[in-house]
Amino acid sequence: MTDSQSPSQGVPAPTPAPRARRDVVGLLLRGIGQTFITAGFVVLLFIVYEVWITNIFSDAKQQSLRNDLIKEFRAEVPVGDDPVVKAELGLPNGAQYTIPVGTGIAVLYIPRFGKDYAKAVVEGTDDNDLSKGPGHYTGTQLPGKVGNFAIAGHRVGKGEPFLNLDQLLPGDSLVVQTKTTWYVYSVLGDPATKNLTVRDAQGVPGREIVSPSNASVVNPVPGKANVPADKATEALITLTTCHPKFSASQRMIIHGVLSRTVAASGTALPRELVGGTL
Amino acid sequence: MYVWIWRHLPGPLALRLFQVLLLVTMVSLVLLFVVFPWVEPRLPFNKVTVNQ
Repeated sequence: MTDSQSPSQGVPAPTPAPRARRDVVGLLLRGIGQTFITAGFVVLLFIVYEVWITNIFSDAKQQSLRNDLIKEFRAEVPVGDDPVVKAELGLPNGAQYTIPVGTGIAVLYIPRFGKDYAKAVVEGTDDNDLSKGPGHYTGTQLPGKVGNFAIAGHRVGKGEPFLNLDQLLPGDSLVVQTKTTWYVYSVLGDPATKNLTVRDAQGVPGREIVSPSNASVVNPVPGKANVPADKATEALITLTTCHPKFSASQRMIIHGVLSRTVAASGTALPRELVGGTL
Repeated sequence: MYVWIWRHLPGPLALRLFQVLLLVTMVSLVLLFVVFPWVEPRLPFNKVTVNQ
């Protein structure tokens, strides 16, 4: 460095001024270029984080939650200790029981997404709940009840349980397992024409794309305000996720109706699942 | 900045390359496991619930 400086010392030539300006411009351009390269790298890395790293953490949480839940379903623990049963029956002293958020309540199977698709559903739809798996909207009905059992789930990253929600067709099974019962829902719409926009008796379609502020899709009768659950006529399931992928501008909503109910019996599966006999 | 770092890395070319790799890895890990988990809940996308 000292070598390059020494020749110019003591030479008050007119050339240094433009060269210095060119150096400043060069330095500035290089700085801008390096900033862009850095920004690009950080953005790419963030995508890696969203679609890959978050899945690693969420999958670990989901797996332990599901294992615990299925163990609880199968093990000989008193039926009355199950959170869903407690919420259905109320506490022995007659008080209402509120399931704590973050608790595993049910396992959701969607055969269309593969025979290994089984997701533990947690109570609550906060970021923390949804990082474990699909979350049950607090205040919506419990599985199998007349009204609406509404669940939110991530589309991209965080275990991405609802990544392929757009591939569901009318009549597809959505199977919900609780301690006591298997609830088999089927996606609404017209199975014959595969038209998901066909509405059922209550006016509910199989699939709809709505704005994020449209909370009426999780009402006891989706799309209708002020209809309480005891005035509804169908037991529905509603799945919500973001739409389109990688965006939060809209929500994709899938509605299904309860088609049959099977009492849980040991480790036997309902016939909608592979190897099912019930 | 990168030029400055490169000039200040000691050792021959191979060693410098290894150090660069190490630095990039360290920065990536800090971003992936500290910065992004903190930033992400504050960003608008990946919201999946409906609410008023």
